[in-house]
Amino acid sequence: MAPARARPGNRTIQPPEKITISLTINGAKTQLAIAPWTTLLDALRDHLDLTGTKKGCDHGQCGACTVLVDGRRINSCLTLAVMKDGAKVTTIEGLATNGTLHPLQQAFIEHDAFQCGYCTPGQICSAAGLIAEGKAKTAEEIRELMSGNICRCGAYPNIVAAIQQAMGQS
Amino acid sequence: MINFQYARAADVADAVRQIAADPSAKFIAGGTNLIDLMKDDVERPSRLIDISRLPLKSIEATADGGLRIGALVPNSDLAYHPLIAERYPMLASAILAGASQQLRNMASTGGNLLQRTRCYYFYDTATPCNKREPGSGCPAVNGINRMHAILGASDSCIATHPSDMCVALAALEATVHVTGPHGERAIAFADFHRLPGDTPERDTNLGADEIVTAAELPAQGFATNYTYLKIRDRLSYAFALVSVAAALELDGETIAQARLALGGVAHKPWRDPEAEAALCGKAASSEVFAQAADLLLRDAKGFAHNAFKIELARRVIVRALTQAARGTPQSQSSKKIR
Repeated sequence: MAPARARPGNRTIQPPEKITISLTINGAKTQLAIAPWTTLLDALRDHLDLTGTKKGCDHGQCGACTVLVDGRRINSCLTLAVMKDGAKVTTIEGLATNGTLHPLQQAFIEHDAFQCGYCTPGQICSAAGLIAEGKAKTAEEIRELMSGNICRCGAYPNIVAAIQQAMGQS
Repeated sequence: MINFQYARAADVADAVRQIAADPSAKFIAGGTNLIDLMKDDVERPSRLIDISRLPLKSIEATADGGLRIGALVPNSDLAYHPLIAERYPMLASAILAGASQQLRNMASTGGNLLQRTRCYYFYDTATPCNKREPGSGCPAVNGINRMHAILGASDSCIATHPSDMCVALAALEATVHVTGPHGERAIAFADFHRLPGDTPERDTNLGADEIVTAAELPAQGFATNYTYLKIRDRLSYAFALVSVAAALELDGETIAQARLALGGVAHKPWRDPEAEAALCGKAASSEVFAQAADLLLRDAKGFAHNAFKIELARRVIVRALTQAARGTPQSQSSKKIR
């Protein structure tokens, strides 16, 4: 997008060569040639056709883009894919095993923990990260450590209940 | 986001060489603030120098009993580190009061120090901003300024520093270690961030060709009598309207030593040696706390939408000192303020 107006520091930049990176996505090793400004979110959705991860605000404020990188939950919209060369990425598509839903996916269904569903992949990946961190024990702590995932439908009570159920199983 | 070149730094010396060679280049570590600003066209680096793989990720004991925190330690790792939780719980609490767990997993210690203001005008390239474009003006002074500074502001800029972690680091009197083309130097935390004055485009005293390598904590951690109390528009995942890091050393009922740092009120974490000195030697009481708050806020100045912050800050200081004196720090999960 063109800048609103010329500012000091405007300049012409040679488009760089694409950079080839290697990612292990949901267990499968993938090579990808991408421009350095491609976010991990855009790489997943636009280059790898993994559209389960959602673009909400694209500014790290809503959590819809949450994925696990090397087991830790992050905002993929604020992550440059080139910086994650060599990393293991888990998206919502990678949580089910052999056709069996992940306990969090099952719990979200059982607790009706969504309405429109747009935030749900991010909620579930975030909750998977939360359970792996092991810092949240109470509902209060779950709410605090899930605050990076916004649900515009307001399904929060059911989301907390679903996470509590999945935590009990893990 | 404009196009840019990308390069990885091989080591700290290489990072410094690369940044010195290209004045329009920027370092990137966690990226949580920089990429956001690049998407909004506020930051327009020609080149990103990826420092995220440099070996600056350890937390080590120092010879004088403190801790040296590598600049690339993620905020979440720092908050949950056993030595931080045990010896510097005020720092852990402040970190957990900021951002979300996803962002804390990404954001680095050095990057937290260097994050930029969330002033709406700074972010909006359709408006003037002295911080973004020196000399263009400050629409916040007469505009929407609810989140803006009440202390240390200038006619050029009334932005606030957004960090929670830095408020605790200021109270703990951390030291920032940096490396540049001429070697290493250490910067006292109070001297790291700047007041806006006539040069609001400069947030810190870090040189353009320098890199932050570590933050060092002194031995004294105030692990018994402390709190980090943050007041914001929603209970989680929002920037502070006012936050207070309060730490006391008590000798019975008497205050032997006091540290008081405020966030959300100025261009840098705000400390006032006179207010801290006024607490020392006195018995801990709400009257004494109120006197210190009055002293700290004596030059506070409100604007059209943020004058409420002065009274809010007064009350938060008194409540924070009360929590610290009682040894009942604010929980960052239970939002009840006691």
